[in-house]
Amino acid sequence: MSRRFSWFNATSLTLGFVFLYLPILILVAYSFNQSKLVTVWAGFSTKWYGELFQNQAFMDAAIVTLKVAVVSSTIATILGTMAAYVLVRLGRFKGRTLFSGMIYAPLVVPDVIVGLSLLLLFISLGMGRGVTTIVLAHATFSMCYVSVVVSSRLVSFDQSLEEAALDLGCTPWDAFRSVTLPIIAPAVISGWLLAFTLSLDDLVIASFVSGPSATTLPMKIFSQVRLGLSPEINALSTIMIAIVTVGVVSSSLLNKRATVRRLRQEQDALKQS
Amino acid sequence: MFNPRRLFLILVPYSWLFFLFLVPFGIVLKISLSDAALSIPPYTPQFDPEGGWAAIRELFSGFDLENFIWLSEDNLYWKAYLSSVWIALVSVLLTLLVGYPIAYAMARSSEEWRPTLLMLVILPFWTSFLIRVYAWIGILGSNGYLNQLLLWSGVIDEPLVILNTNWAVYIGIVYTYLPFMVLPIYATLEKLDGDLLEAAEDLGCSRFQAFWLVTVPLSRPGIIAGCFLVFIPVVGEFVIPSLLGGSKTLMIGKILWDEFFSNRDWPVASAVAVVLLLILIIPIILFQRQQQRAQEAEQ
Amino acid sequence: MNLPAEQTGDFIPWEDADAKPIIRFQGVTKKFGDFTAIDNLSLDIYEREFFALLGPSGCGKTTLMRMLAGFETPTSGEIMLDGQNIAPVPPNKRPVNMMFQSYALFPHLTLADNIAFGLKRSDMPKSEIAGRVDEMLSLVQLSKFGSRKPHQISGGQRQRVALARALAKSPKLLLLDEPLAALDKKLREETQFELMDIQEKLGTTFVIVTHDQEEAMTVASRVAVMDHGQLVQVATPEQIYEFPNSRYVADFIGDVNLIEGAAKSVTKDAAVISWAEGLPDINAAAPEGLAKGDNCCFAIRPEKVSISAEKPTDAANALPGKVLDIGYLGNMSTYHVELGNGQIIKAQVANQRRLSRRAYTWDDQVWVSFTATAGLVLSA
Repeated sequence: MSRRFSWFNATSLTLGFVFLYLPILILVAYSFNQSKLVTVWAGFSTKWYGELFQNQAFMDAAIVTLKVAVVSSTIATILGTMAAYVLVRLGRFKGRTLFSGMIYAPLVVPDVIVGLSLLLLFISLGMGRGVTTIVLAHATFSMCYVSVVVSSRLVSFDQSLEEAALDLGCTPWDAFRSVTLPIIAPAVISGWLLAFTLSLDDLVIASFVSGPSATTLPMKIFSQVRLGLSPEINALSTIMIAIVTVGVVSSSLLNKRATVRRLRQEQDALKQS
Repeated sequence: MFNPRRLFLILVPYSWLFFLFLVPFGIVLKISLSDAALSIPPYTPQFDPEGGWAAIRELFSGFDLENFIWLSEDNLYWKAYLSSVWIALVSVLLTLLVGYPIAYAMARSSEEWRPTLLMLVILPFWTSFLIRVYAWIGILGSNGYLNQLLLWSGVIDEPLVILNTNWAVYIGIVYTYLPFMVLPIYATLEKLDGDLLEAAEDLGCSRFQAFWLVTVPLSRPGIIAGCFLVFIPVVGEFVIPSLLGGSKTLMIGKILWDEFFSNRDWPVASAVAVVLLLILIIPIILFQRQQQRAQEAEQ
Repeated sequence: MNLPAEQTGDFIPWEDADAKPIIRFQGVTKKFGDFTAIDNLSLDIYEREFFALLGPSGCGKTTLMRMLAGFETPTSGEIMLDGQNIAPVPPNKRPVNMMFQSYALFPHLTLADNIAFGLKRSDMPKSEIAGRVDEMLSLVQLSKFGSRKPHQISGGQRQRVALARALAKSPKLLLLDEPLAALDKKLREETQFELMDIQEKLGTTFVIVTHDQEEAMTVASRVAVMDHGQLVQVATPEQIYEFPNSRYVADFIGDVNLIEGAAKSVTKDAAVISWAEGLPDINAAAPEGLAKGDNCCFAIRPEKVSISAEKPTDAANALPGKVLDIGYLGNMSTYHVELGNGQIIKAQVANQRRLSRRAYTWDDQVWVSFTATAGLVLSA
C-alpha cells in the first residue's frame, strides 16, 4: 500500500525519527564540550577524545572486546549456519523439536538467566573465567541469531539448484560450497555482523562469565556510567556511533547500488531480446 | 540409513547448544534447590562425582524448596515480579502507541523511500544498547537538557524529577525497544493489499472506518509479534532499571543481579531465575505458537 | 441459453434519441503528471447495459473505471451519473460498487461478513442484513460456504463472493475490473455466461474492463475499444467484428488479413483496389468517402476466405498462391497461403468430417477466393 501519504503520516515519521535520533545527536554534540560538567556547554573542544586515548583501561577493554567479538562471531556463524542447514534441509530426526527449541530459546530468555546459568556451568567445570568463557558464552547465544537469519534465506532458496548441482556430478559438500554457500552468503555475512554487534553490545552475560582478568568495553562503560555522566564516555560513544553509522550506511548504499545495477542489466537484457 | 555427514552436521551444533545452553539450566535448577553456604562455591550440597550412586542419593536428599519458600515469603520478590510484569505491560502499550504510527507512515510512504526509512529505524539498533540508555541520563537528569529547555522556556519553575523514577524507565524502554515494535508491524502493513482499502471505501467506509475495520485487524499478527518481542525481554531487563530507574524501581533482573553479585546468595539467585523463567514460559510459548500460525497462514 | 436482449431487437437505447444515459462522460481528460491517461473522452452508457471497455494495458480503460468508482477524479470534463455530476462525491458515498481484479476479499472476515460489509455501512436495518446476505450467497451458489474464510475456497468461488459482495448493496452501477483474469480458460468461459445471467436477472448496469476481446464480445451489449486514452469505436460486438471502423479495431478484435493498396476506381457501391503488380485487383464494396487514388487497406476475416485447388469461376475475387503452413485447431484448420508478392493470406476451413484427408497440403498451388462484400475497405 503506497497511497495517500497524509500529514498525519509525515508528522508521526518526523516525531518518531526526532525521538530516535535526538538523544544520540545530543550525546555526540556534547562529546565536543569543553566542560567536565557534561550538561553545561562551555565551548568546543576535542580534549576528551585525547583523554580517552590516554586512558589505558579503556584501550585494554576495547581490545578485549574486539577479540571476543571477532572470535565469538566467527564461531557463531559457523555453528549457526550449520544449525540453519540442519533445521531447513535435513528433515526429521530424533530430537529435532528439542533442537529447534534450543535454537529459539536464547532469543527470548533474559540475559541475566543466560549469564547466570553459563557462569554456574563454568564454575562447576572448574574453568578459569576470562576471555575464553566470554567467547563461549557469546558464541552460544549469537549462533541462534545467525541461525535464524541464515535459515530465513535458506527457506526462500530454490532447492532444485542444489539438486541440479548434484545431478551435474557435485558431491554434497561440493554442491554446498559451490552453489548453496554463494547464494546464502549475504545472509551468512549479515549473520556474522549481527553476532559481532551483539557481542560488542553485551554487558550482562559478559559481566557474569568474565573474571577479574578480562573486562569488556560495555563492562567498563557500565561501571563508569553508574557513577554518573562522564565526558569521556560521550567521546567513546561518539566514536562507536560513528563506526556503526559508517558501516551500516555504506553497506546499505552498496546493497542499493548492486540492486540498481542488477535492475539495469535486466532491463538491458530485455531490450536486447 | 547411517550417514556420517548428516550425523556430523546435526551433532556439532546440537551438542554445543546442549552443553552450553541446556545443561547450564539444569545446573541453575539444581542450585536453586540447594542451600547457601560460606564455601566456594557458596552452596551445599556439592556433587562429588567419585561417590557414585551414594553421592547422587545424598545430593538429592540435600535438595529442598527452601529457596522458593523464601521467595514466596519475602514481599520483595513478589513485588519485584509483579512490578516487572507491570512495567513490561505498560512499556508494551507505550511502545505500541509510539510505534504503530511510525510503522503505518513507513508503509504508506513511496516505494523508493521505504528502504531508507527502514534503515533509519534499524540503525539505532546496531549502536550500543548501553550508550542509547546512557544518552537519556543526560537528558532526564534534574539539570539535564530536558529540564534546561523547560526551565528556559518558562513551562516549569522547578526541575522535573524524571531520572531515577519509573517514568525514566518507561522512556528508556520505549526508546530502546521501539524497532522491535515497528518492524513486525511494518512488515504486516507493507504486505497489506491496497485494493482492500479501496474495496472498503467502495462499500461505504470512510477512510477512518477503513483503517479501523481493515488495516488494524490485518496488522494484528504484527502487533501481537511486536508486543511479545517487547514484553518478553523487558520483564528480565537489567540495564535500563539500573541506569535510569530509582531505588523504588523494582525489576526482577536487577534483584537477580544484586542477589548474585552483592549478596553472593547463589541458591536464591538461581531460584529467582527459575521463577522468572516460569513466568516467561507462558508468553514465550504463546509467541511461538502465534509465529507458527502466522507462518502457516502465509503458505 | 437466452439470447442477449439486443439480439432480439428490443434493447438498443443508444439508438433512441430520447433515452437518458445513466452515465455520461463529457470531454473527460485525466492526466498523471505529463502522461495523459484519458484524452477528452465523451461516452454515454445506458441503464441495464452490459458495457465492456476493451483495450491493451495502458490504454486508459482502468483509469476510466476508477473515475467511475471515485478513486480518481478527472483533470477536466464532467462525469454524470443519473444526471448528477459525481466529481465531488467520495467513493464511499457513490451508488457504485466495484469488483476488484484481485477480488480484494477481506481475509480476516468470513464470506458472509464480507458480503455484509457494505450492507452494515448502508441504511439497511440490521434485521434485514442476514437475509440479504443469504440471498446473495444463493445468487452465486455459495449458500453452504457463508462461514468460511476467503482462503478456504477456490479461486472461482472467490470470484463469485467478490461479485456477491459488490452486488449486495444493489448499486446503480457495477464495475468489474478484469473479473475473470485470474481464472483458467474453461472456468472463465462458464463464468462469462453466469455473469450474463446474473446481469440479466438483476437488471443492474454492468461496466466491465477487460483486455480479453473474446470475453468482451461474449458478455457485452456494447463494446468500447480504447487506445491511448481515446475511444476508437463504440458499438455492439457484431458491428465491431463485422464493421470495424479502423485498422486498429480490425486487428485488435479477432484474426484478420490486412492488404494494403490504393483505390484504382470508385463507383457508388463498388471499389477496385490495386495492391500488387501482376496480381488481380480486389473488388470490394466502397465505403463512404473513399476517392479514387486514396491509399486504403482491405481487411478480411480468415473464415470468409475460401480455398480451392481449381480457380473458382463465380468468385468476385480469386488469387493464386501456395500453401505455406497448416494449423490444425480441432474444430477448424487455418491455411497460410503465400501469394505471388509474398503477402500471406490466412484462410479458415471448418473440419466438418472426422479424420478426412486434407484436400491440400504443404507447397500445393491453391486459389483463395472471397466475395465482394466479405471484406471491408478501411481508409484509416
